Amino acid sequence: MDQKVLKRLVESISKSVNSFKKSEIECLIRIFHNLVGRGDIKLANVGLDRNTFRVILHSVFGMTDDVLMNRVFFAFDKDDDNYINVKEWVKGLSVFLRGTFEEKLKFCFEVYYFNGDGYISRERIYDMLKNSLHQQSPGEETDEEIRELVDIALKKMDYDNDGKISFADFEKAVKEDRLLLEVFGPCLPEAKSCLDFEALAFQHILTSSF
Amino acid sequence: MGVALTRSAQWTAAGHGAKTLEVTPLNEAIVKEIMMFVESFIYKYPQEANYVFVEPLEWKTNLDPSAFGSGYAVSGTTVKSEEVDKNGEPLLYLSVPKIKIRSFGQLSRMLYIAKSMKLKEAQACIEANRNPVAKILGLDYNIINEKNGNSFVASVLDKMNKDDDPESEIKMKIALQLKQLDLHLLNHSLKHISLEIRLNSGTVKNDIELLKQFSGKGEQTVLESIEYTSDYEFSNGCRAPPWRQIQGEICYVLVKPHDAEILCVTCSKEGVFLNGGKTDDEGQINYERKGEIYKDLVTLLKEKSAIFSENMSKQEVKFSEQLQKDQPNKAPKEEVAVTHKTSITSRKSAQEKNRINLGRSQLTKRLEPSLNWRTSVSSKESRNTLRDTQVEKHGGKLEKSRSSLSPGRAQLIRKSVEKIEEIISDSSSESEEDEEQPDHRQEANADLPSEYWQIQKLVKYLKGGNQTATVIALCSMKDFNLAQETCQLAIRDVGGLEVLINLLETDEVKCKIGSLKILKEISHNPQIRRNIVDLGGLPVMVNILDSPYKSLKCLAAETIANVAKFKRARRVVRRHGGITKLVALLDCGKHSAEPAQSSLYETRDVEVARCGALALWSCSKSYANKEAIRKAGGIPLLARLLKTSHEDMLIPVVGTLQECASEENYRAAIKAERIIENLVKNLNSENEQLQEHCAMAIYQCAEDEDTRDLVRLHGGLKPLASLLTNTDNKERLAAVTGAVWKCSISKENVTKFREYKAIETLVGLLTDQPEEVLVNVVGALGECCQEHENRIIIRKCGGIQPLVNLLVGINQALLVNVTKAVGACAVEPESMMIIDRLDGVRLLWSLLKNPHPDVKASAAWALCPCIQNAKDAGEMVRSFVGGLELVVNLLKSENKEVLASVCAVITNIAKDQENLAVITDHGVVPLLSKLANTNNDKLRRHLAETISRCCMWGRNRVAFGEHKAVAPLVRYLKSNDTNVHRATAQALYQLSEDADNCITMHENGAVKLLLDMVGSPDEELQEAAAGCISNIRRLALAIEKARYS
Repeated sequence: MDQKVLKRLVESISKSVNSFKKSEIECLIRIFHNLVGRGDIKLANVGLDRNTFRVILHSVFGMTDDVLMNRVFFAFDKDDDNYINVKEWVKGLSVFLRGTFEEKLKFCFEVYYFNGDGYISRERIYDMLKNSLHQQSPGEETDEEIRELVDIALKKMDYDNDGKISFADFEKAVKEDRLLLEVFGPCLPEAKSCLDFEALAFQHILTSSF
Repeated sequence: MGVALTRSAQWTAAGHGAKTLEVTPLNEAIVKEIMMFVESFIYKYPQEANYVFVEPLEWKTNLDPSAFGSGYAVSGTTVKSEEVDKNGEPLLYLSVPKIKIRSFGQLSRMLYIAKSMKLKEAQACIEANRNPVAKILGLDYNIINEKNGNSFVASVLDKMNKDDDPESEIKMKIALQLKQLDLHLLNHSLKHISLEIRLNSGTVKNDIELLKQFSGKGEQTVLESIEYTSDYEFSNGCRAPPWRQIQGEICYVLVKPHDAEILCVTCSKEGVFLNGGKTDDEGQINYERKGEIYKDLVTLLKEKSAIFSENMSKQEVKFSEQLQKDQPNKAPKEEVAVTHKTSITSRKSAQEKNRINLGRSQLTKRLEPSLNWRTSVSSKESRNTLRDTQVEKHGGKLEKSRSSLSPGRAQLIRKSVEKIEEIISDSSSESEEDEEQPDHRQEANADLPSEYWQIQKLVKYLKGGNQTATVIALCSMKDFNLAQETCQLAIRDVGGLEVLINLLETDEVKCKIGSLKILKEISHNPQIRRNIVDLGGLPVMVNILDSPYKSLKCLAAETIANVAKFKRARRVVRRHGGITKLVALLDCGKHSAEPAQSSLYETRDVEVARCGALALWSCSKSYANKEAIRKAGGIPLLARLLKTSHEDMLIPVVGTLQECASEENYRAAIKAERIIENLVKNLNSENEQLQEHCAMAIYQCAEDEDTRDLVRLHGGLKPLASLLTNTDNKERLAAVTGAVWKCSISKENVTKFREYKAIETLVGLLTDQPEEVLVNVVGALGECCQEHENRIIIRKCGGIQPLVNLLVGINQALLVNVTKAVGACAVEPESMMIIDRLDGVRLLWSLLKNPHPDVKASAAWALCPCIQNAKDAGEMVRSFVGGLELVVNLLKSENKEVLASVCAVITNIAKDQENLAVITDHGVVPLLSKLANTNNDKLRRHLAETISRCCMWGRNRVAFGEHKAVAPLVRYLKSNDTNVHRATAQALYQLSEDADNCITMHENGAVKLLLDMVGSPDEELQEAAAGCISNIRRLALAIEKARYS
C-alpha cells in the first residue's frame, strides 16, 4: 500500500480519535485492509459489509446474539451506507477497546434504541429480551413472563414514567448501577477478548519498538 | 409425604384414635415444609392446583367463617367456595368446626386466609388425615407409593399408557410432586435429626461415671449419689429397655443432690430430662417427660441444684488446669493416635458383634431395636463429638466445667484432628455470636409481605433466565430494602441463596458482581451467614479473590468480612486458603503497571486493600487465623497500609492489628514494624472508632516495656490523656483507659500523665462508669499510686472513698485492681486514716474469703501496708471476729502467690504480741513449718520473715525446730536472691537462740554459708548472719567448757 496515502490517512484519523497512538492506528488500518481483502483499494469508498463484520464480532470478540450483532454493525456504521469504512472502523474500535465510560454508555444506548426516535420503547425491549428465558416451548406462559421481565426493567430504568427509556433515563440508571450498561444484551466485548485483540493487533509495534 | 410422615415425624406414643404430633423442632420443621409446599403449589403448578381430590381432606378447624372473603359464599356458620367440581360441589366446605377441602388450590387459599393460624391448621390437617396421599390420589396410588421408588415410576408409566385420559396425567404429576416432597421431607428431617442428636451412650456414660467419682457424703462433693436404675447394660451401651430405646432413650438415673429430693432423670439422644419418677410398687419408671429437655446431665443438674453448680465451679478450676497441661503434648501425637484409634474401634466393633451374637439366645426379640439404634448413632458419632466441643466453647463457663470435668470426654477429643485445632484456635478475645442459634424460617404467623412474592418472581428469573435476564433481575432485587430482615429471609426462603451462590460459580462476571452485591447486603443477617456457609458459599468466594477483576475481588472480600463473623465460617475461610489470598489483597500499589483498562469492573487498588483488610478483621478473631495472617506476611503489609490517611482503610487495618495483638508474636512484630508510631498518630484522628481501635491496640501492645516507651516517645500519652475527658463513647473510653493503664506501668509515663492532669481525670472516672472502664481506671490508678506524689493527688481529689466503695464488687479483675490500688494508697498514713474510717480494712479482710486466688492474694498484699500504717493496728486486727483464724487457715492454700501474701500479712500481724499469741494458738507454727520446703523465692523470703517474727513468742523457736523447719531454711541461703538471704539469716538468728536448732543448723552446714553472708554489703544481712554464728559458737564453747570442767 502506498505509504504516503497511509500516512495521510493516519493523520486525518488521529485528529478525531485520541485513544490510539498513531502507530496503533496504522496497525488497525492494516488489519482493516486485510479484512476487506484488497490492499490497493481507494481507501475512502469501500468497507466491511455486514456479514464480514459479524464474523469478526463473533470470532474475535466472542459475540453470539445475531440481533445485537446487527445492531452493533449499525452503531459502527455512522453514515448508514451499510458498509463500515476505515474511519468508522477505527472509531468504533476505539470505543470497543479503550472507550471511556461515557462513550460506552452512548454506544450501548445507540445499539439498543437502533433506528428509533431516540427512545428505547417497550416493544424494542421485548424484542431484545424475548430469547432471554430458557424455556422448552416458547408458549403463552413464557411470553407472559417476558412481558413481566420487560416491566421489571422499565420499572428500574424509566425514571420519568413515560413507558420508554430516554437517554437521560439510561444514563441515570447506568450511573447508579454499572451492571445495567449492557442491560438488554451483550454489545461490548469482554475485557479478555479486548486484551487478546490488542495483543494480536499491536504485536508488530511491541516487537518493532525494541 | 406418606413415608416421611410415618417414619420421621414423632407421633405421641400414648394416644389411641387420633394421634397428635408431638411438639418437637423436627415436627415443626416438617409441618412447615409441607405448608410451604402447599402454599406455593398454586403458583408453581396452577393446572394441578385445580385437580379435585378423590376424597376431601377433613379436619376440625379454628377458622372463623368471617375470615373468608371474595370467592366464597359465607352464610352464618358455613362457607362454600365458589369454585366447584364437575358435579357442582364446592371444593371448600366449612361448617363450623369441620372443614373439607378437595383441591390444592383451595388448600393454598385456606392457608393464606388462615394467616397467623396457618401452622396450626396445617398441623391439624396432617393429624386428622394420616394418609393424605390416599385421600388425594385414591387408594391405588397410595399402595404404589408404599413400594420402593423404582417400581413406582414404572407402574405409574404403565398406568399412564393404559388409560390415556388427561386426569390421570395430572394425577401422575401430582403423585410425582408428592413423591418429591416426601423425599425432600425425609432429607430435611435427616438433616434435622443429625443436628438434633447430641448425646450417645458413650458420652452419657462418661458423664455419669465422672459424676459418680465426685459424689458421696461431705461438702466438697457435687452430689450425694447418682445411680442407674438398671444394672443391665445392653451391648450398645444403653440401659433403657429396648422398647424405650426406639424412642431414643439411653438410660435412667436416680440422682440425689445435696439440696433437693431424688431426681429421676431420663438420658436420651435428644437430651436429658426429668421423667415421672419411679413408681413405688414395682420399681417401674414412669417414662413420661415431666420437664424441659436439657442438653446434658450436668446442665440439668446445674439447673436443679444450687450446691451442685457451686461445687462444680470449684472443681472446674482444678480440672481445667489439668486439662490445659495435657493439651500441648497432644497435638504432635495426633496422627498416630487417630490411626491407632481406628484400628481399636474396628477391633472393638468386632468384639461387639460377638457379644451381640452371644446375647442373641436370650434376647433375640428385643435385640432388634438396640442394633438399629447403634448403627444410626455410630455413623453420626464423629460429627456429634465435633459439635460437642463446639458447643462447649461457646457456652462459656458452663460448658467449660463440663469439658474440664470429664477426662473421658477429653479422650474423645483426641479422636479427631479437627477438635484439637478447635481447642487451640479458641481465642480469648473472641466475642462470639451464637453459632447454633435456632433457625427461624419466616415466621409462619406473620403475614407474608408483598416483597416476598416479588422476590420470588425475581428468583424465578435468576433460575430460568440467561445472562441478560439474570442481570436485570439482580439489579431489580437490589432495589429492595436488603437491610430489612423480611427481604433477607424472603430471598432465602424462596431458594434465592442457592441460586445466588450458583451464579458465583459461573463465568459471567456481571452475574457474579450482581450476586455478590446482594449477598454482601443480606449477609449482615446472622441466619443468612450460616445459610451461606451451609450452602458452601465461602469456598466459592475465596476462589473469586483470585479473579482478575478488582471490583469482583472487593465484593467477595466484603462479603467474606460479613460472613466470617462466626467461628465455623472463619475456619472454612482458612481451610480454603482464604487468609493467604486476603493478605495478598493488601499488597496494593505494586502492580500499578497494569494496562490502563478503564473497564467497568475496575476499582482502585486502595479499595481492594481496604476490602481485604475488612475481611481479615473479621477472620482475625480466631487464633489459628491470626497465625495464618502472620505466616502469610500480613504484618508488614498492614504496617504499610497504616501509613495511609483514609479512615475507611485505617479502621479495618487497626481493627485487625488490635485483634491480633493479643498474641506475643504480633506484639514483637508490631514493635519491629514501627507500627506504634502510626497508632499514636491516629489517636489524633477525628474518627471515634479509629481512636478506639488504636487505643485498644496500644492497650494490647503496652504489656511490653519498650512499647510503652515508644508510645511516650511518639507523643502518644497526651492524646490518651485528653481522650480520657470524653466519656460519652463507652467503648472508646474502655479502650483509652486500658491503654492508659498499661502505659502507666512505666514510671516515666506516669510522670507525663501527672503533667497532663490525667490522674485527676482518672479519679473522676471512678463513679458511674461500666465495669470494663472501671477495671482499667482502677488499674491505672494502682500503677500511679506507686509514687508518693500521685498518692497525694489521689487523696486530695477525693479518690479514696470511691476506691474503697469498689471493694464490695464481684468482678474478679476489678477486685484485683481495686485491692492493689487501695493497698498502694494505704502506704500513706494520712490516706490510711481515711481508709480506716471508711472501714476499708474490714472490706479487704473479707475479700480473703473470695474464691478466686488472685483476689485473695491481692487483698492480702493490700492488707500489709494497712496494718503497718494503721493507728493501733493490733486492736484493729483483733476487732475482726474470726479474722486471725481465717488468715492462718489461708496457709493451707496451694497457690504460691496467696501463700506469700498471707505470710506477709502474718508478719505484720505478729508485730503485736497479743495477736501473735492468738495466731500461735491457731497453730501458725506447724502450718508455716510445712511450707518450708519450697523453691519459690518470693514465698521463701516472706516465709522466712514470718518465721523470724513468730519466734518472738513463747516456745515458738523450739516448736519450729520440732516441726523440722530449720533444715530447709538453711538451704534458702543457697538461693540467688539477697532478699531471701537477709530474711533467712534473720530467721536463723532468731531460731539460733535455741540450742537444738543450733545443732540442726550446724549439721546442715549453716556456718560456712553464714560466714559468706557476713561478707555481704547488706548490713542487716551481715548483722543477722554474724549474730547467728555467734550463737552457734557460744553453744559450742559452752559444750566444750562443760566437757573439760
